[in-house]
Amino acid sequence: MKILVAVKRAIDYNVKARPKSDGSGVELANVKMSMNPFDEIAVEEAIRLQEAGKGQEIVVVSIGPSACQETLRTAMAMGADRGILVETGEEVQPLAVAKLLKAVVDREQPGLVILGKQAIDDDSNQTGQMLAGLLGWAQGTFAAKVEVSADSIEVKREIDGGLQTLALKLPAVVTADLRLNEPRYVKLPNIMKAKKKPLDTLTPAELGVDIAPRLKLIKASEPAGRAGGVKVADVQELVAKLRNEAKVI
Amino acid sequence: MEREAMEFDVVIVGGGPSGLAAAIRLKQLAAEHDVELAVCLIEKGSEIGAHILSGAVLEPRALNELIPDWKAKGAPLNTPVTEDSFRFLTATRSFTLPTPPQMQNHGNYIVSLGNVCRWLAQQAEALGVDIYPGFAAAEVLYHEDGSVKGVATGDMGRTREGEEGPNFAPGMELHARQTIFAEGCRGSLTKTLFERFRLREGVDPQVYGLGIKELWEVDPAKHHAGRVTHTVGWPVDASTYGGSWLYHLEGNLVSVGYVVGLNYENPYLSPFEEMQRFKTHPSIRDLFVGGRRVSYGARAISAGGFQSIPKLTFPGGLLVGDTAGFLNLPKIKGSHTAMKSGMTAAESVFQLLRAGERASREAVNYPDRLRNTWLWDELYRVRNIKPSFHWGLWGAMAYSALDTYLFRGKAPWTLHHTPDHASLKPAAQCQPIDYPKPDGQITFDRLSSVFLSNTNHEEDQPCHLTLKDPSVPTRLNLALYDGPEQRYCPAGVYEYLEGEGGKQLRINAQNCVHCKTCDIKDPSQNIHWVTPEGGGGPNYPNM
Repeated sequence: MKILVAVKRAIDYNVKARPKSDGSGVELANVKMSMNPFDEIAVEEAIRLQEAGKGQEIVVVSIGPSACQETLRTAMAMGADRGILVETGEEVQPLAVAKLLKAVVDREQPGLVILGKQAIDDDSNQTGQMLAGLLGWAQGTFAAKVEVSADSIEVKREIDGGLQTLALKLPAVVTADLRLNEPRYVKLPNIMKAKKKPLDTLTPAELGVDIAPRLKLIKASEPAGRAGGVKVADVQELVAKLRNEAKVI
Repeated sequence: MEREAMEFDVVIVGGGPSGLAAAIRLKQLAAEHDVELAVCLIEKGSEIGAHILSGAVLEPRALNELIPDWKAKGAPLNTPVTEDSFRFLTATRSFTLPTPPQMQNHGNYIVSLGNVCRWLAQQAEALGVDIYPGFAAAEVLYHEDGSVKGVATGDMGRTREGEEGPNFAPGMELHARQTIFAEGCRGSLTKTLFERFRLREGVDPQVYGLGIKELWEVDPAKHHAGRVTHTVGWPVDASTYGGSWLYHLEGNLVSVGYVVGLNYENPYLSPFEEMQRFKTHPSIRDLFVGGRRVSYGARAISAGGFQSIPKLTFPGGLLVGDTAGFLNLPKIKGSHTAMKSGMTAAESVFQLLRAGERASREAVNYPDRLRNTWLWDELYRVRNIKPSFHWGLWGAMAYSALDTYLFRGKAPWTLHHTPDHASLKPAAQCQPIDYPKPDGQITFDRLSSVFLSNTNHEEDQPCHLTLKDPSVPTRLNLALYDGPEQRYCPAGVYEYLEGEGGKQLRINAQNCVHCKTCDIKDPSQNIHWVTPEGGGGPNYPNM
């Protein structure tokens, strides 16, 4: 079975994101970028499936500017076999990403697509679901554990109040949650080897997908600072404040 | 566990200006002579530039020599210096002083040195240098004959107790015919090389300053791209070496920083608090009103200059940049000299490797070459200025004027340094300093500051701030000096907390911004800074 994994180049999780002074977006100039952590988990899971004999080839896809090649190389250094960059300098929103990925899936015919459940930059959490919808495939989102058998996959999901297990028929779309696995460290010789792995570049036009944005970002701003707390003398004062000032009771 | 090994012609430890310049020069020479040369550069930061912090006003002299068409290649030198001023501050007033010749910046550029390094790395990669950020050189490897064989990167995935965790990946051995150490000020491997090869015998001890920097986005009406201001005087007293910089970069950004000489005597002094207090001076404060602080960081610099330059070569390797100590203190610049030393070392290394197996394993002509460059002359002429601060600010100003204008740097004597860790006086002999509380607008506390440096370390790993003797902090540092590490650390790594049987030192290694001050200033040299897992530490943007 061929496994396709989508990886996004996002602002690094250590970086404190800061809106641009004109509110038109998040400041990204010279800010460290790296693979979206949930996508790293998705790549790791694909490799573990391959190591367990459940997958033949792992193809990683990224969509964005040429710098996304770095993200693909990281995935290949972890163990993916080849990469596809859908190169565009334009903004791509979740629906456009899902359509582009569908076009790649149509070409590659994988048996399983794994994505991160969401990207830590815009926190949309839409792409995997829309991709499954566009493909008409089963979806197992927020996977905490997966088990693949001949023609189906079991996905354990952490939901409110417990664990839910879904059985999906393959081909399917799975999105990775935080506890699915802990990604491996990339080894230096593997980084070197990854430089020689094949990486194809496509464009949205070649895939016949219109990526024009459907949503407009109105403003990016920092959350308001927290006001300092106050000490109350007794229960009466607390109740009075909750009732009259906070107006919650 | 057996480590894998990889072979290169040259391995470079550190992706700052000196290491990158050396890498570029090596590849240029290889191309000119049409020979294959495998050059590998490793960097402990998560990316090139992640650990780079500097003012910075860049003198483009070395860059002009290395990449003459840097402008066409898009080097991020966008803001030429247009105004220079040098001021003396009292608590309430500001006096303009004549700008000393070393501090005149005509022809220089205000830059983010981190971004310059990111650009240099692109140039190096285009020439075929293998650059691996996120890998820390943790150990020097030796051949049986005692010469340097290369370095090993640190293990990844060890637990706090030092055991192999579930994702454990052992370090790699990187073997090279020559290893270039470009670790920056107070390199942790360089420190071991100093001892092993006795490189500091017969030279003055290195002395240091701690630079603390913030990047601000200010009100466009108060921003003047190209303006450079330096101050001396308040908030430190005349017996403490300290001064500030204010550089107006592009995009309404202002770089503000404060350097304190680490030979200060009062254990109550806090370089961090001095930096915060500096911004509240009546002639300075207004610049920051209505602005916002976007980044923070700190780094020690080598200030010893000429008389502290160690022996630079040893069998199998050599030192370049600030780990050797080529900073020109009166100019408060070291990037141009760091680059020049890297380029010069590259020439010697290339010559040595060309000579083949018959040649010695030591690039002995590197110091000779260096002596014939402008770098040597430049550092020689200013060698007496830093030590003259032994006589306090006014003595130093008077002496420096004499040395600079009358002797033109060629006075027939050389003043000497004493080591920084020996300068602290017992707390009982000193006055506590009452620093103002942060207002959250112009001045801040340590933790909210470290937050802006995007610092992170994997939590479950051995502490990289090692103590030779764990009893020293309470027995000596706390008892005699009132715990100076709580004050000199600009990242709040060291805290004395009430525990069983009195106060105990707690080390919050996760906050460490890799400035190396503790390794330098600890009175009994009990703290030994070693590299944490690669990729840990700050992630400075635009610093």
